[in-house]
Amino acid sequence: MINRTTILGQYKGTFQQPDIFGYYGHFGGAYIPEMLHPNVEELKEQYLKIMYDEGFQTAFRDLLKDYVGRPSPLYHAKRLSEKHNSTIFLKREDLNHTGAHKINNTIGQILLARRLGKHRIIAETGAGQHGVATATVCALMNMQCLVYMGEKDIERQAPNVARMKMLGATVVPATSGSKTLKDATNEAIRDWINNPVDTHYIIGSVVGPHPYPDMVARFQSIISEEIRWQLKEKTGSELPDYVIACVGGGSNAAGTFYHYLEEFSVKLVAVEAAGHGVKTGMSAATTQLGKPGVLHGSKSLVMQTEDGQVVEPHSISAGLDYPGIGPLHAHLYETGRGIFLSATDKEALDAAFELTRLEGIIPALESAHAIAGLNQLKLTPKDTVVICLSGRGDKDMATYMKVMEG
Amino acid sequence: MSRIQQLFKQKQNNVLNIYCTAGYPTLNSTIEVMEALQANGADLIELGIPYSDPLADGPVIQESGGVALQNGMTIKILISQLQQMRKTIHVPVILMGYVNPVLQYGFEKFCKDVAAAGIDGLILPDVPMREFETEYGAITKKYGLDFIFLVTPETSEERIRKIDKLSTGFIYAVSSSSTTGKDKNFNDVEVYLERLKAMNLDNPLLVGFGIKDKATFQSACNYANGAIIGSAYIKALQQNNDVKQATKKFLEEVLQ
Repeated sequence: MINRTTILGQYKGTFQQPDIFGYYGHFGGAYIPEMLHPNVEELKEQYLKIMYDEGFQTAFRDLLKDYVGRPSPLYHAKRLSEKHNSTIFLKREDLNHTGAHKINNTIGQILLARRLGKHRIIAETGAGQHGVATATVCALMNMQCLVYMGEKDIERQAPNVARMKMLGATVVPATSGSKTLKDATNEAIRDWINNPVDTHYIIGSVVGPHPYPDMVARFQSIISEEIRWQLKEKTGSELPDYVIACVGGGSNAAGTFYHYLEEFSVKLVAVEAAGHGVKTGMSAATTQLGKPGVLHGSKSLVMQTEDGQVVEPHSISAGLDYPGIGPLHAHLYETGRGIFLSATDKEALDAAFELTRLEGIIPALESAHAIAGLNQLKLTPKDTVVICLSGRGDKDMATYMKVMEG
Repeated sequence: MSRIQQLFKQKQNNVLNIYCTAGYPTLNSTIEVMEALQANGADLIELGIPYSDPLADGPVIQESGGVALQNGMTIKILISQLQQMRKTIHVPVILMGYVNPVLQYGFEKFCKDVAAAGIDGLILPDVPMREFETEYGAITKKYGLDFIFLVTPETSEERIRKIDKLSTGFIYAVSSSSTTGKDKNFNDVEVYLERLKAMNLDNPLLVGFGIKDKATFQSACNYANGAIIGSAYIKALQQNNDVKQATKKFLEEVLQ
């Protein structure tokens, strides 16, 4: 423990916010064409001023409380704890309005967009969770909303497409490249290039050019802000031994880790999607398979060919099916501050059924990866563990039904 | 003095730069396309390195890049094709691409190898200015490669002045804030080009994005040293399998 803390000591202060150029260690920055420079520069100049303005904070906190339903409960999962021989708490982001943590960020960004004087909102989405969360706040704020979604994902995620449309959003199929999340993100960025003045791009994860990774992490940091006081109420200490979250781009993990990033006694566990298995060629475990590179405006770890072409990942969970990872997480990985595990599609499915039967909670497939991480840790009865249950499983019922039908 | 600088010393007006995608329409057509461009009056060639995620490009160039990747184009293959380039190609040639494949190849190794093959300059639109100043600029300079930055109607005067200091070769004036291949009302652009012209920059100016025919080329040339045509030429190649014929017809129409 002393050893680990000493080694990490040299990185103190590098986790909670990037340097002024947007770097966490070697990762981050703003690798964008000149056409995006004014938009990103405006955001960089304004985001902290706006976010920490008292009026903004009041509006943000009020909506989180009365509209999203925060604070989300920190639930002591007794039967899960028994099974894993430790004390496990679930941070219930699945109980938020729209069913996942994504709305914390979209509420924040739509308020910010209004203060920047923008009228038109664009977003990318994979499974549709971020798209729904964006369409929801656009309906709430009466703003025009375009959601870019891969053509393949539109076919796979019909219920979320319908929700977005019912909320008044236009769902635009991304037909370029592999027609999935990566390409939806490219299309959203291209839209932003073509509409530089009136449009704000609500990125759904801690990816993209600086200041997006930092801004999204700050909006999601409400998760660990609450965990600290909730855990103190329940155990007498704000600090657990382990904090576990799933990671695709990494927004729920960033929010769950945020107020523990500089508390080196707390082990931060990120669980990536191994897909069929890390070495099968059908995986989304970016820290295991990626190399440093540039994707969607920042330098991070990227799954790519030897020639530097970005490859299509695989995960049963659409929310983790992304060939990159936020620069903060790449830094956590490189410095050893984070423990990076991976769970296969099957392990995640097993964990989803285990949690459902033990606690009566059907998790999103993404969050099931975090639960699956429990099996890979050597837990003892003395350990307190907090797991971010980032979303609920309604959207994944088709997949779960297939499993039950055998 | 670089080949690009020599060109602008000899020719200050109506400089025509044509974009083509390496490995398109077929893997081994790269040199053939460049020869056809040179033979029919292109003053400068911008050769695109295909990439899986070309953020700044519109559908036409994206699609040509996708075809080139399917054809098997890689940076390694491109560099091997370029070894013979200077036997027949005498106009300046610039490589345009995105930074990720270049980083995987190795930024310095890339500069060294393409410079040795006779490439004159680079356009890497997602290399940030700060990283260019602190890291990459010294390397491009070491291998004698010109580095071309973009400016847009939204770029501030202060930033344009800084870009002018950092650029060598020429400055690429994006005629509107858009991805490549978009039709825009050219009149809206004239105010901005007038402003750029009045700044009396050290570097020559070429206007790109939205230039597609004789009329738009001529309008751009009223304000700048020349212009860049990309998507419209790729479309011409899409519509006619005969590279020589398609190129001849296309350039005749632009330059007649």
